[in-house]
Amino acid sequence: MEILNALVTLMNFVVLPAASYGAQLALGALGVTLIYGILRFSNFAHGDTMALGTALVILVTWGMQALGIGLGPLPTALLALPFGIALTAAFVLGTDRVVYRFYRRKRSEPIILVMASVGVMFITNGLTRLIIGVDEIRFDDGARFLFTVRDFREWSGLAEGMSLRVSQLLTLLVTALCCWALFRFLGRSRAGKAMRAYSDNEDLALLSGIDPERVVRLTWIIASALVVIAGTLYGLDKSFKAFNYFQILLPIFAAAIVGGLGNPLGAVAGGFIVAFSEVAVTYPWKKVAEYLGFQPQELLQLLSTEYKFAVSFTILIVVLLFRPTGLFRGKSV
Amino acid sequence: MSNTRQADTASPWRAPLLFLILAALFFAEGTFRNALFSGSWNTALAILNMGLISAVMALGVNMQWGYAGLFNAGVVGFLALGGLAPVLVSTAPVEGAWQAGGPRVILALLVGLGTLVLAALVWKRLRGAMRVPALLAVLVLGFILYRFLFDPAVIAIEANNSASAGNIGGLGWPILLSWPVGALFAAAAAWGVGKVALGLRSDYLAIATLGIGEIIVAVMRNEEWLSRGVKNVSGLPRPVPYELELQNSADFVARAANWGMDPATASGIWVKLLYAGLFTAVLLLLILLAELALKSPWGRMMRAIRDNETAAAAMGKDVTRRHLQIFVIGSAVIGLAGAMMITLDGLLSPNSFNPLRYTFLIWVMVIVGGSGNNWGAVLGAILIWFLWIKAEVWGPELMRLITAPMPDGSLRNHLLGSAPHMRFIALGLVLLLVLRFAPRGLVPEK
Repeated sequence: MEILNALVTLMNFVVLPAASYGAQLALGALGVTLIYGILRFSNFAHGDTMALGTALVILVTWGMQALGIGLGPLPTALLALPFGIALTAAFVLGTDRVVYRFYRRKRSEPIILVMASVGVMFITNGLTRLIIGVDEIRFDDGARFLFTVRDFREWSGLAEGMSLRVSQLLTLLVTALCCWALFRFLGRSRAGKAMRAYSDNEDLALLSGIDPERVVRLTWIIASALVVIAGTLYGLDKSFKAFNYFQILLPIFAAAIVGGLGNPLGAVAGGFIVAFSEVAVTYPWKKVAEYLGFQPQELLQLLSTEYKFAVSFTILIVVLLFRPTGLFRGKSV
Repeated sequence: MSNTRQADTASPWRAPLLFLILAALFFAEGTFRNALFSGSWNTALAILNMGLISAVMALGVNMQWGYAGLFNAGVVGFLALGGLAPVLVSTAPVEGAWQAGGPRVILALLVGLGTLVLAALVWKRLRGAMRVPALLAVLVLGFILYRFLFDPAVIAIEANNSASAGNIGGLGWPILLSWPVGALFAAAAAWGVGKVALGLRSDYLAIATLGIGEIIVAVMRNEEWLSRGVKNVSGLPRPVPYELELQNSADFVARAANWGMDPATASGIWVKLLYAGLFTAVLLLLILLAELALKSPWGRMMRAIRDNETAAAAMGKDVTRRHLQIFVIGSAVIGLAGAMMITLDGLLSPNSFNPLRYTFLIWVMVIVGGSGNNWGAVLGAILIWFLWIKAEVWGPELMRLITAPMPDGSLRNHLLGSAPHMRFIALGLVLLLVLRFAPRGLVPEK
């Protein structure tokens, strides 16, 4: 019984939140890693693209709610997602056309492209503020829980309970679907193979008749779709606040680097590694320890939650120190 | 980078002319009162003072980017660390705080540091199967010992008179002494980050510094025993007299009357002028040192490394070491600026350290001014700071003009209300335009 209670507590406070957070990070890191693989720079505007995309999804959601369109128990934002993705992809393609293409043609050093992405970050940030403001926004509607702590307790008869939020389940399902589709696309389709070829060896890909602009366009579209999905799921799970989306850039980068920049599978693994370490390190383990028969005096919390970014940073540093190409062997050092 | 730095010589009059325009802007701010300018010398000098401090920050970033091509995305963190120095060096000691847990905190920090050093030693010396377990054992034991020492001490310090203090307090030394200390703090942090992230791909330094920046600010926000966190430390001592003192001095009032000013305005202006003199002295000294260094063999080597790392390495230069050196020096300058800024404000408010404002705005200053050129960085810093402050006034004015034909309604109100956010868009545009069409900035490198 005690073991079961410990397990349920663990599920409720560590495993489920970390899994959904990890899935959101994974989607974000996939975008970073794809852009790195094809365009060969770290996109600092990624976090703010996420914010802008989510802001657009929220706007469309509000419009749909006003028209009385909904999905019943599921959040309306899911229906608004395709519109948000389309708008964001259009914006991102615009930035590529106006900003990045010039440096790509000139074959500028990656750090110049990083700098340009900082400029794009500023503009995207300003646009997000202009469109939706800086306040915290909750836009989840429909059912909140699949089952609540109380339901679970009554059903199982345990002292501890766990809940499963709709947003958590949605996050996991949507992420699984996205990963399946992406890896299938990269592995099987002609366009996906072209992308991988371009990422491996640009010159050889050009010789084989691959249109680089097409590959780049495709990359931006896929990356923005992934990041808008990640942002919307994160917003449904927690809440939308533009500044938080800027801050999530660090764990996303950490996830992408842990997995090896340019390696999509690594990005997914990296997302979960970062999320699980973050939650595990900032969770007070007292309750679980008590169920396991220990009598700790303190909370057994390794770090207070304000320092969760320190966790992604430490992981980043450890990887840079011992394995700069990432766990899954990314592109370059 | 070599392709953006081909020198087509700019007119030698360019820099003096631009500085003249800048001076005219400040003169207009001080004298004319209309929709664009405030007409108050107090305001103009306040902008100038922060502009001068921004110029010091820009010099630091310029050393890293302009001399060496290193992208520091954590300027805000080094700035905040520098800002901690005035609090620890110059505030009055807090009664009872040291007795409550001072030595124990220091011991805990030493243990923490020692753990890391020991871990590094273990990793370097040991070989074979014992390596990883030994490393983990050192880290885990070190962490437990650290927390055992650290937690009770912090609780004791924070409980000590928590309403008005609750922090460890300072040494009560003169505030000017805290400036070099701020530089040292930032340099130490930069050494740690640089040691790890330099020598790898150039983006990695950017990402690592982005992380350290966020963490330093988080530490300042949460470690109340150190910086009082969100409760702020106010009332820092000043290197210049207080306005009130001046207003109470008969001598000063008489002199103010001589100039035809009321004592309140005159005292404000006088204090700000003193600050401006102090900051200008620091700035000029730094520029002098930087220019001398740039013209020395060391400076030539730096530029050689920046322009072609491979060639420089082939010539036997240790690129990573030189990068670490310049990264530490540049961060020290940023730390110095942080200490100066907190001295000017007289207040440490950890919540105000926003990366957009203190990292990326400084970057725009350097890029616009002309990376690689110290005078360019200074010009860019003061100009962009002036525009940043004035955009707060000009943005809504412009928006009112644009939306004037629109009917009153929620859209117009929304646009008017969000006009202040236009600053970010404007700044991003400026950065992108300069990067693309004038990559060498307003005052290009010679």
